[in-house]
Amino acid sequence: MSVNANVDVNVNGTEIRLRALLLRGLAGESAAYQQFLQDLSGRLRAFLRGRLAGLPDEVEDLVQETLLAVHNQRHTYDAAQPLTAWVYAIARYKMIDMLRRRAKRDALHDPLDDELAVFTASDQDAGDARRDIAGLLDQLSDGQRLPIIYTKLEGRSVAEAAQLTGMSESAVKVAVHRGLKKLALLIRNAS
Amino acid sequence: MKTDQLITLLANGVSAVDGQQARRHSAMILGCGTLGTVLLMVMWLGVRRDLADAALLPMFWAKLAFAATLLVGAYTVALRLSRPGMRVGHAPLALAVPVLVLWLLAAVALGMAAPESRGYLILGVSWQVCPINIALLSAPSFVAALWVMRSLAPVRPALAGAASGLFAGALGALAYSFYCPELAAPFIGIWYLLGMLIPALAGGMIGSWLLRW
Repeated sequence: MSVNANVDVNVNGTEIRLRALLLRGLAGESAAYQQFLQDLSGRLRAFLRGRLAGLPDEVEDLVQETLLAVHNQRHTYDAAQPLTAWVYAIARYKMIDMLRRRAKRDALHDPLDDELAVFTASDQDAGDARRDIAGLLDQLSDGQRLPIIYTKLEGRSVAEAAQLTGMSESAVKVAVHRGLKKLALLIRNAS
Repeated sequence: MKTDQLITLLANGVSAVDGQQARRHSAMILGCGTLGTVLLMVMWLGVRRDLADAALLPMFWAKLAFAATLLVGAYTVALRLSRPGMRVGHAPLALAVPVLVLWLLAAVALGMAAPESRGYLILGVSWQVCPINIALLSAPSFVAALWVMRSLAPVRPALAGAASGLFAGALGALAYSFYCPELAAPFIGIWYLLGMLIPALAGGMIGSWLLRW
């Protein structure tokens, strides 16, 4: 009983802290958003390692895929909703999607409905991803790849990227957004 | 790419998310779809001439209420299915309520009718075209609803597509009510429902691949 209560308190603490970081990230605070993703990646890794005990090689790829999904769909987070439920639903969706793609139907028999478990443990020890996202980035068209490289990898401002590409600033933002969505699609198709 | 590098990439220069603007955008697309359905109805079929007389009959309003409650219900379910982690709960079951109420009305109407007029209560004069007309009228709304759903993140794509399709079907049925002369509960409970289920079924089938992310 007391152990359960402790777990609840920890989960709640994580929920409150991560939610605050995400909300700041949604407002455009890059540092808070980075901290959110960093912390989240540890939680996801622990959660997915527990769930995919038979497929340890898939874990890091799936952590990355889920992080990209969280980022691409971050506009669907409703501040009135528990973050745990939102993250869990995304992680579960991506995990099932991966398992389907592997067409290992026997793996689907695992019970997958343990929502609170997503925030109970953290594992910051990243293994190696087998899939190389940088390689997939090269498959994007120049119009999407260059804005991502300038603003996301080289850390230039949107204005600078606009100047370098000859695109308007809003076009740069749209290209980054669409490019990252395309990247998620390439990841799905690549595996 | 290491996970830490990916995190830096995602966080670097992250832009603020404008929920308000996203909602306005979705509302505009749905508005265009609805407008498309209404225009299609007015220009292709036209409003029935005796609308003022029909508006005096309770069954005319019962028909509108049937489509309208399914519209609200489908919208509610679609909204919940559009975001990860939202509880759908018993909302889909609530969709059965207007159908059951109408079927009850239909049973009463059939029970009270003379045996030789029951066939007319069920088939009316337009059963052959009713479902297909409703499905065709729903087409613009269907495209709009799936378009909006695609910009969200349904974790059950087939179900989300079906709810979007039912939403469009209910809009089609609502629009069709202003043309169609049929007012018998058995007719509405069969052919209107079928007309709404066509886009719902299509939405479910299309959704299972279109709405993946």
